[in-house]
Amino acid sequence: MAKFDNNDDAVVVVIGSGAGGGTLSNELCQKGIKVVCLEAGAQQSNASFINDEWKSFVQLAWLDKRTTSGTFRLAKDFAGLPAWICKTVGGTTTHWAGASLRLEDHEFKARTVYGAIDGANLLDWPVTLQELEPYYAKAEDKMGVTRTNGIPGLPGNNNFKVMYAGAKKLGYKDCHTGNMAINSVPRHDRGRCMQLGFCFQGCKSGAKWSTLYTEIPKAEATGNFELRPQSHVTKIEHNDAGKVSGVVYMDKDGKEQRQKARAVCVAGNSIETPRLLLLSASAKYPDGLANSSGQVGRNYMRHMTGSVYAAFKQPVNMYRGTTMAGIIRDEARHDTKRGFAGGYEMETLSLGVPFMAAFLDPGAWGPEFAWWMDNYTNLAGMWLVGEDMPRESNRVTLNKDAKDQYGLPAPNVHFDDHPNDIAMRNHAFAQGEKVYQAAGAIKTFRTPPYPSTHNLGTCRMSAQAKDGVVNKWGQSHDIANLFVSDGSQFTSGGAENPTLTIVTLAIRQADYIAQQMTSKAI
Amino acid sequence: MKVIPIATAATVFSSSCNDESGEVPKLDLPLTRRSLLGGSGVLIGTLVAGSPLALLAPSTVWAVELKTLSKTEGATLLQMGRVLFPHKKLPDAVYALLAKDLDADAAKSADSAKMMRDGIASLNKAAGGDFLKAKPAQRAAAVKSLEGQPFFAAVRGKAITSLYDNDMAYKVFGYPGSAWEKGGYITRGFQDLKWLPSPTLEASPKPYFG
Repeated sequence: MAKFDNNDDAVVVVIGSGAGGGTLSNELCQKGIKVVCLEAGAQQSNASFINDEWKSFVQLAWLDKRTTSGTFRLAKDFAGLPAWICKTVGGTTTHWAGASLRLEDHEFKARTVYGAIDGANLLDWPVTLQELEPYYAKAEDKMGVTRTNGIPGLPGNNNFKVMYAGAKKLGYKDCHTGNMAINSVPRHDRGRCMQLGFCFQGCKSGAKWSTLYTEIPKAEATGNFELRPQSHVTKIEHNDAGKVSGVVYMDKDGKEQRQKARAVCVAGNSIETPRLLLLSASAKYPDGLANSSGQVGRNYMRHMTGSVYAAFKQPVNMYRGTTMAGIIRDEARHDTKRGFAGGYEMETLSLGVPFMAAFLDPGAWGPEFAWWMDNYTNLAGMWLVGEDMPRESNRVTLNKDAKDQYGLPAPNVHFDDHPNDIAMRNHAFAQGEKVYQAAGAIKTFRTPPYPSTHNLGTCRMSAQAKDGVVNKWGQSHDIANLFVSDGSQFTSGGAENPTLTIVTLAIRQADYIAQQMTSKAI
Repeated sequence: MKVIPIATAATVFSSSCNDESGEVPKLDLPLTRRSLLGGSGVLIGTLVAGSPLALLAPSTVWAVELKTLSKTEGATLLQMGRVLFPHKKLPDAVYALLAKDLDADAAKSADSAKMMRDGIASLNKAAGGDFLKAKPAQRAAAVKSLEGQPFFAAVRGKAITSLYDNDMAYKVFGYPGSAWEKGGYITRGFQDLKWLPSPTLEASPKPYFG
C-alpha cells in the first residue's frame, strides 16, 4: 500500500470505503490517480467476522450518537438507531444481503411518470437508464451478479421454497433466487456460497461481494492507494477561491489530522454525507458546503419497507442458507390501480433468534409474542422493499443538543411516512400474507420496518442547481472539485435494493473525475 | 450469545428449587458458602435431569449470584420475566439471567438500583402486596399496570437480550447459532424442506459441488 504525505495536494480524498467509496477508490487507482481513502471504522476480515448477531452488530454497525424525530415508528422503537449501516472498512457492503437489481427505466423519470404527488418532492433523474446501462453491465461483472454474465442463480433454501410455492399458487410469474452478488460458483478468486445464513454479519466465506476484499485490495495493488482506517472526517475545508482544499479528521488515537486534496469525494452513506457537508459550513458557505439550493440533507428516503413472517405446521428452518436469495418481482411495476405510485419487491429474509426477539414486534410482550418465538423453526420470512416518496421535510439536520464522541452535533433524522408509502406498505403486507397463506401458513405477522439499511437522497442529483446538490456525475453544483459518491445522490428511490446502482454510479463517476483531471477542469 | 454461567454442584444443594412451578424457595446455604459467593443474594434452581438443556450445563443445579439486589428482589424480576415472555420450555435458569443482568445494571448505577427497587415495590403493590405470592392472573395484571413506565421498559428491554441470546434459549427455540465452523448448510439441510413441491431448476438451480 502506498503512503502519501498529509500535505500532498495531488491526491483525491475519498471519504468512506463502502459500495460508493471503495469502488470509486479502486476505479480511480486503476487509472493511475492517487487516492487517500479515509474510513471512520476499523478493519475486519472474513476471519474476524462473527456468526453471532449481537456480537457482529457491535463489531460492524455505526453506533455513534444519532437522534430521530417524526411520526415514523422507528423514532419510537429505536430512537437512537435510525439506520442499520456500518462503520468498518468496506462499509455497509460487509452487512448488505447481496441483492443486485437495476433500477427500471420509469424510475429514473419518477416526476414525469408518476406526475405531481401532494407532499412529495419528486424530480426526474438527470440521467437515464440507457446512459447507465454500460456501467450497470460493468458493475454486474465486477460484483459477480447471478443471472448475469453467464453466472447461474443461487440454489434456493427452505425459506425460498416456501416463498416460491406460495407465489406460484397466487399466480405470480417472476419468482426465482434473485440477482445476487454472491458467488453461486467460484469466481474471481472467491469461492461459492456455503449457505452459512449469516449474510448480514459479514460473509466469512467471502462468497458475497464486499469492497473489503475485492475493490480495496485491488486498489492497494496499484500502488496508488492509501487506506486509513479509524479516520473520522469532521470537516471539509476550502480555499479562498471556494474550491475544496482538504479535510480535517480524527485519527485512531483521537488526534486531529489534516489531509490536503485536489478533489474530495464524500461517500459516508446518506446520513453522514449531508452531515459532513453541513458541519463544514464556513463564512463563505454559511449553510454548509454545496448547499446553495438548501437541499443538503433533504429528501431523505429509506425505502418503503416491512416484513411478513408466517408460521407453518411443519419446520422451515429459514435461518439456513443465503438470507436474501429469493425474490418475487411481480409487484415492482408502476400501476396506480393498486392505489399508489411506484412498486415494491418481495425478498426472502430471516433473522436468528436474538434478532427475531428484537425486531419481530419491537416493544411487544406477552403470550402472543412468546408464541411466535416458540414457533421459530416453523417460520418463513420475507422483506418488502419499495419506492418511497422524497419529501423536503424528511431530512438530516445537525442536532445542536446532542453531541458525538468528538463534541460535534449529532445528526437528527426526521421522517414522516408519505400517504403513498403507507398505501404501498399495506398492499405489500397483504400480498406477502397471501403468498404465505397460499403456501399453507397457519398464522401471519406484519413486522414494522427495521432500522434503515437503504438510506438515500440527501444530496440528490438534479439537472438544475436549484433543485438538488449534485449534477448527473455526482459533482456538486456549487464546488467543482467536491463530489458525492454514495446513495445520497439518488434523485428518487426506485423499488430496488440500491447497492448495484451506487456501484454503477461510482464506476461512471471515476471516468468523469479522470477526464476532469486530465482536462485540468479540477 | 452468552454461555450460561452455571455454578457447579459443589456450591449448591439439590433440594433447592423446583423448576416446574418456577418457585424459588428459601436458600439453605451454610454461611461459609454465602461468604464465598459474597453477593447480596443467590438464585438457585435445578434443570430437569435428562433434558437436552441439562447437557449444556456442568450440573443440573444452577445458581446465579446477585451483587446488589436481594434474593427476593431477584426472584421477583425472574417471575416478572416469566409474565412478560412466557415460555413453558424455557427453564428458570434462563429467566434468572434476566435478574442477573438487571442486578448488574443496579450495581453500576444508584439511579438504576432505585428504579429497580421502586419498580419492584410498585409491582408488589399492584399484585396485592406480594408479587411472588400472587396468583398468575394477579401477576399478569400487575405487570400490565406498569406498562409505559421506565421500570417496565428497562425490564422488557433487558429481557430481549437476557432471555433470547444464550445457549439454552437457542436450544429451546431450535436455533443452532454459528454455522461457519460446521461448514455452513450447503451439505446440512439448507434445502431439505419436503412438505412443499420443489421449485423449478430455472428458479432455483442445483448447488455447485465442482
